Amino acid sequence: MTEIKQLNLIQAINLALNDAMEADPKVILLGEEVGDKEEGGVMGVTKGLSTKFGTGRVKSTPISEQAIIGAAIGASVGGYRPVAEIMLMNFMAVPMDMIVNHAAKLRFMSGGQTSVPIVIRTMTGAGFSTGGQHSDYTEAWFAHTPGLKVVAPSNPDDAYGLMRSAIEDNDPVIFIENLPSYWTPGPVTGQHVPIGKAKVALEGTDITIVAHSRMVTEALAAAKTLAKDGISLEIVDLRTISPWDRATVLASAEKTGRAIIVHEAVKQFGIGAEIASVISEELWGRLKAPVKRLGGAFSPVPFSKPLENAFVPTAADIAATARAIVAA
Amino acid sequence: MSNYPRPDAATLLEIYKKATLIKQNDERIIKQMMAGKLVTPYYSPRGQEIIPSAISVSLDDDDYICTIYRGIHDMLAKGFPLGELWAELAGKATGTCKGKGGPMHLTHPAKGMMVTTGIVGSSMPIATGLGWAAKLDGKGRVSVANFGDGAANIGAFHESLNLAALWKLPVIFVCQNNLYAEHTSFADSTLIEKLSSRAAAYGMPGVTVNGNDPDEMYGAAKIAIERARAGEGPTLIEALTFRFNGHLIGDAAPYIPKAELEAAKAVDPVPALRARLIAAGISTEAALAAIEAAIDAEIDAAVAAANTAPFPEIIELKRDVFAEEIA
Repeated sequence: MTEIKQLNLIQAINLALNDAMEADPKVILLGEEVGDKEEGGVMGVTKGLSTKFGTGRVKSTPISEQAIIGAAIGASVGGYRPVAEIMLMNFMAVPMDMIVNHAAKLRFMSGGQTSVPIVIRTMTGAGFSTGGQHSDYTEAWFAHTPGLKVVAPSNPDDAYGLMRSAIEDNDPVIFIENLPSYWTPGPVTGQHVPIGKAKVALEGTDITIVAHSRMVTEALAAAKTLAKDGISLEIVDLRTISPWDRATVLASAEKTGRAIIVHEAVKQFGIGAEIASVISEELWGRLKAPVKRLGGAFSPVPFSKPLENAFVPTAADIAATARAIVAA
Repeated sequence: MSNYPRPDAATLLEIYKKATLIKQNDERIIKQMMAGKLVTPYYSPRGQEIIPSAISVSLDDDDYICTIYRGIHDMLAKGFPLGELWAELAGKATGTCKGKGGPMHLTHPAKGMMVTTGIVGSSMPIATGLGWAAKLDGKGRVSVANFGDGAANIGAFHESLNLAALWKLPVIFVCQNNLYAEHTSFADSTLIEKLSSRAAAYGMPGVTVNGNDPDEMYGAAKIAIERARAGEGPTLIEALTFRFNGHLIGDAAPYIPKAELEAAKAVDPVPALRARLIAAGISTEAALAAIEAAIDAEIDAAVAAANTAPFPEIIELKRDVFAEEIA
């Protein structure tokens, strides 16, 4: 694909799946409602694929998360590249044994004789009042598990490129889609995005913001506000949460001397702790301020709109924290 | 079961060879452990030898199997190389998994042994996926899921059997019912008499056989395997058997009534098959003794090689976590 298209996240992921299935007959899809008879996924991400590639390669499943991931693992050990959909990230808790004890570990435990090249697509995110069991970001669970890769695109171009790379990767990849960002359009170049490479989404001089998924959008909004006050943010979009791009993050933090890690997941024991720790360990003595973290409140995601708004970090929170550490 | 296909003389002898390999290998592992020469968690399959022996004579090398921590019998019956097995038990670099998996994760894809899991119930969803791969390949390959009676009460059983039936996958679900799920008896965990009756709930055939009887086990497996190869879908086989040892070596199994254990050992299926082969004129005492001696010699060689093999290098912690070595 050479032309640049304007697509939203749903369309970009759909195109990536389409292109991957065209490129490799071993790419197969499964999950609840992924077939066209069931409307191509609850958000339509897989729309049209079962019609085009057949219900042999695109299989709707019963509501059986353990069997979905088990079937994906087995098919991958048998030579296929399955993309499994777990409708919501909270539902990932159901097949956790399959993901953590099997997908992540079979390569190591078999001494490299088997591998599990699967992609698990899942969506999540606060903002639509979906409450405590439909909105959580649990990326830290997976990033804490050796053998799993975790990616979380913030825009359609990265979603396309990361999906292509995730499908071609020889290890299991958790692919996190942000629900409130699904309908936001953006340019899609059709290029692969390498796993493990962050992107400097905005260059700046005063503070490094490390974010992923929808928090990149919030950070970009904060940057606009702060620019009026003469505070310049550099925004590093992680894109891959594990293995994360230490080099890009450290280079940016060294340049600005200040860093804030922002994620929607609960702050305590979140991925921000790991990143903040590494920045502090590596750049001790060269930082102008302690590394800060912003994350979700230590509560289940609430239903009521004012509570939900207060739960998740916002552009205003990022701006306030940035002002505070620049002033310190 | 009178209409079951029966094993011919050569097949019976083959079943015996596999079963006696499993038995002698098991006895040697326990002997080495008791002598302090082998330190490993070990879940003995002693008493369950006939089940995989009678199944695997109808399987090809490229048919898939998945099994569980009590699975060395399933692996040996399908042709797991003894040298790589013993090296793995010893945690050596020459083990099949480079010493990184151990007895609970034995893997040997060259002969279809794709996954051994240490988690009760987890062989079934993965074997279902291998069945999906086999169906997509369209080469008539089948996938066997081995598990125990305890695993039949885990949710993954329900999800896997339902999906395999729905998608008509070539999977044979083999529940090796040894009447004890760890320390809990079958009667104390399950109200129904036959686990195979659950097959009806998924729209697949289910059968309960005496897993220690080579005729019944062979016949039921052969029908299920041929059905799977023909694209007619999965089967649930409940193979009744008994575990002669505790849950793992070191467990004295006080929860098994002595009389129950003695009764099971009195009908030890491996010597029973041996006596039958001689009585039926299929083999002779001298010929079987020679087979057994050859197996012992093979085990001797495997043990000796494992003892002198090197341990894995520490760098292995960074290998096989991902496809690329960790920097």
